[in-house]
Amino acid sequence: MELTTIWFFIVGVLLIGYFVLDGFDFGVGMSLPFLGRDNTDRRVIINTIGPVWDLNETWLIVAGASLFAAFPEWYATMFSGFYLALLVILVALILRGVSFEYRHLGKGQRWTRWFDQFIFWGSVVPPLLWGVAFANLAQGVPIVPMDNGGWIYEGTLLTLLNPYGLLGGLTMLLLTFTHGLVFISLKTAGDIRDRARAMAKGVGLVTIVAGAGFLIWTVLQHLDSPTLWVIVLCAIVAAVSLIGAWVANAVGREGWAFTGNATAIVFALLAIFMSMFPYLMHSSVDPAYSMSIEGAASSPRTLELMTWVAVFTLPLVLAYQAWTYWIFRKRLTRESIPVDAH
Amino acid sequence: MDEFLDPLSLARWQFGLTTLYHFIFVPLTIGMALIVAILQTVWVRTGKEKYLRLTRLFGKIFLINFAMGVVTGIVQEFQFGMNWSNYSRFVGDIFGAPLAMEGLIAFFFEATFIGLWIFGWDKLPKKIHLLTIWFVWLGSVASAYFILAANAFMQNPVGFEINEERGRAELLDIGAVLTNPVAVTQFPHTIFAATMFAGTVMVAVAAWHLQRGQFVDEMRTTLRLGAWTNIIAFMGVGFTGHSLGMVMTETQPMKMAAAEALYDTASGADASFSVFSLGTPDGAHEIFSIRIPYLLSFLSNGTFDGSVEGIRDLQAEYTELYCGGADSLLTCPTDGQFAPIIWVTYWAFRWMIGLGALAALVSAVGLWITRKNTELPRWVWKVAIWTAPIPMLASLVGWVFTEMGRQPWIVFGVMTTENGVSPGVPGWAVLISLIVFTIVYGGLAVVEFKLITKAAKEGPPEIPRASGDDTTGEPDQQQLGTVY
Repeated sequence: MELTTIWFFIVGVLLIGYFVLDGFDFGVGMSLPFLGRDNTDRRVIINTIGPVWDLNETWLIVAGASLFAAFPEWYATMFSGFYLALLVILVALILRGVSFEYRHLGKGQRWTRWFDQFIFWGSVVPPLLWGVAFANLAQGVPIVPMDNGGWIYEGTLLTLLNPYGLLGGLTMLLLTFTHGLVFISLKTAGDIRDRARAMAKGVGLVTIVAGAGFLIWTVLQHLDSPTLWVIVLCAIVAAVSLIGAWVANAVGREGWAFTGNATAIVFALLAIFMSMFPYLMHSSVDPAYSMSIEGAASSPRTLELMTWVAVFTLPLVLAYQAWTYWIFRKRLTRESIPVDAH
Repeated sequence: MDEFLDPLSLARWQFGLTTLYHFIFVPLTIGMALIVAILQTVWVRTGKEKYLRLTRLFGKIFLINFAMGVVTGIVQEFQFGMNWSNYSRFVGDIFGAPLAMEGLIAFFFEATFIGLWIFGWDKLPKKIHLLTIWFVWLGSVASAYFILAANAFMQNPVGFEINEERGRAELLDIGAVLTNPVAVTQFPHTIFAATMFAGTVMVAVAAWHLQRGQFVDEMRTTLRLGAWTNIIAFMGVGFTGHSLGMVMTETQPMKMAAAEALYDTASGADASFSVFSLGTPDGAHEIFSIRIPYLLSFLSNGTFDGSVEGIRDLQAEYTELYCGGADSLLTCPTDGQFAPIIWVTYWAFRWMIGLGALAALVSAVGLWITRKNTELPRWVWKVAIWTAPIPMLASLVGWVFTEMGRQPWIVFGVMTTENGVSPGVPGWAVLISLIVFTIVYGGLAVVEFKLITKAAKEGPPEIPRASGDDTTGEPDQQQLGTVY
């Protein structure tokens, strides 16, 4: 396989890793106002992701840097093109990130309420807008080549907010919401666990409907794609695992439900990446203007170097991050939260 | 109106603002991680509770700060693509590599172990838990190295070639990029400066409590540890700063000339260092100055009789070199000016050195007057409290000097800054993001400052004992566990 193709998949793996891992952090944040009846509840919910949200978010930073290194043209065109959407995502991530650490440090209810709001909106906005962005990448965006090399995005923020893009955003939002609810039921015991499971049942149904709609639409848009059969396959696996996850949740097998949800996110994103392949950005202006993987990639020397770095570090990263999850495997209850503090 | 909506100046302001803001938190993170690791090590080795309480206190300050460093760092990574897309596509092949390595090697590591450190108190064996904070420090230092290597490429591009066909710079030798002399000297300089900041924060916290006669035992230890840290780190800063100055003279002579506002090439006694001077910014008239002969020559060359090139000669040299050739599209600034804004570089350079020296001086005096346990007048503590931000300010003006002194280049000798900006992003979009970041950052700065002072004023926390077994005096591991 070409190095460029390998890097297309490595960047894909990093992005998928980000959405699977930070995905449940987003869902946990979203559920805060719905599941958290009092402050102790809310603290239990936040502490389910306490030790891991930071390393989960790191996947985005690493994915972004790898994208920069492996496909500078893609990084440059997409990030300058989706300017305002990214700005909103950044602000959301900033506010969410500091809130986990800061909400319990201040005094008074007003303080806590502010940071709860930041956690909620900081968890709703990124998956929604990322979903919109990736759906648009699958569909094609108005990019044209520039005279002196490179591509330029000629649309606006509104160009991205088309029906398919919005459905993509909604699907991602719902997927991460369900994912987070299942994660909470996996990580807690007692009342919160039951409520999270019950809510996952309801939200899960909506997710299945939206997800099915999105995947079918994706397939229909790519009927003449050379990778059609892979897209279809990924869509089917995503749909089946999502339904499987719902069933597992309904019968109280939380581990399986979480695995099913994670698999659904992996394959839904794979379907998107496969509809982009062998391009990074389809041009909606003229197919001939599309940005190919080759055309956007770094030199073979850089890719080769980066491959070695990835080969040596990624297994290590997976090992110590898995160890972290193992260390914090115990379920949390209201009793895990010290009463006196704060 | 167009003036306000010029994407280039707005993007530069945004980069300056977001980067300086990021650099308030990064040095404290790097320095504090070391301090916390040392305190916790002393606790594990001696078993003295005092050190555990100090570990918890400075650990808390460290974490409040760490959160800000992480979230502002994401903006740093994204804005290269958002505001500087032409730069990104031109040098991504080289510049992206150290960034990606930072992520894969250092940042994953740091972020994972910080989670283990915060929440692992009651879940990991004592020594393994101690290791996690050392790993956090190691990760933050490694992270700094890769970022500085990326920055050094902008100051002194090495290990690359221009691919005419693709119209971009391509990586030739990653070894050269990672051992860039600018990175190699900038790295210890930055780490020592970061450690100084942690030292003065300790001094300030200690002074606040000692003034009130609280936690006297813990705080005397803190005061002296902080002051020693600050002084030792300052020696490192000075030593490495000197090597950095020499590397800078060799790689970016214009920056050194601009640091000194040296218009005409000088050598020996004439290559003097002006401690202070008043005059017109274009160097035509000097009204007053205090000068130390030979010092500039020593700072630049390491010898007392070497010569230092002046701005006028360099301007002529660069015009010939960069504005005549076939590739001058990227290398010749539209106004033909190769000198940065002189008054900014001149004063930033002096403030950097002056503030750094001031912080060390205060610590040295502080160590002397606190060597015996005697009553001290209130103003002594006031002064000590206000030293806290001095090394931070020195770092910030240092970065202003480094980055402004690089102008008009985004990559020295390869691409001018005006060529690096995003072509498709309208000025109003950059203005919106500049305003949004200013508001969000401003608000968070207030919150962060409040939280850190609150944590500092609360002082070292009580350590709960293991229940039902008071005789052992062992801290209760269950109660040590942190939760949000």
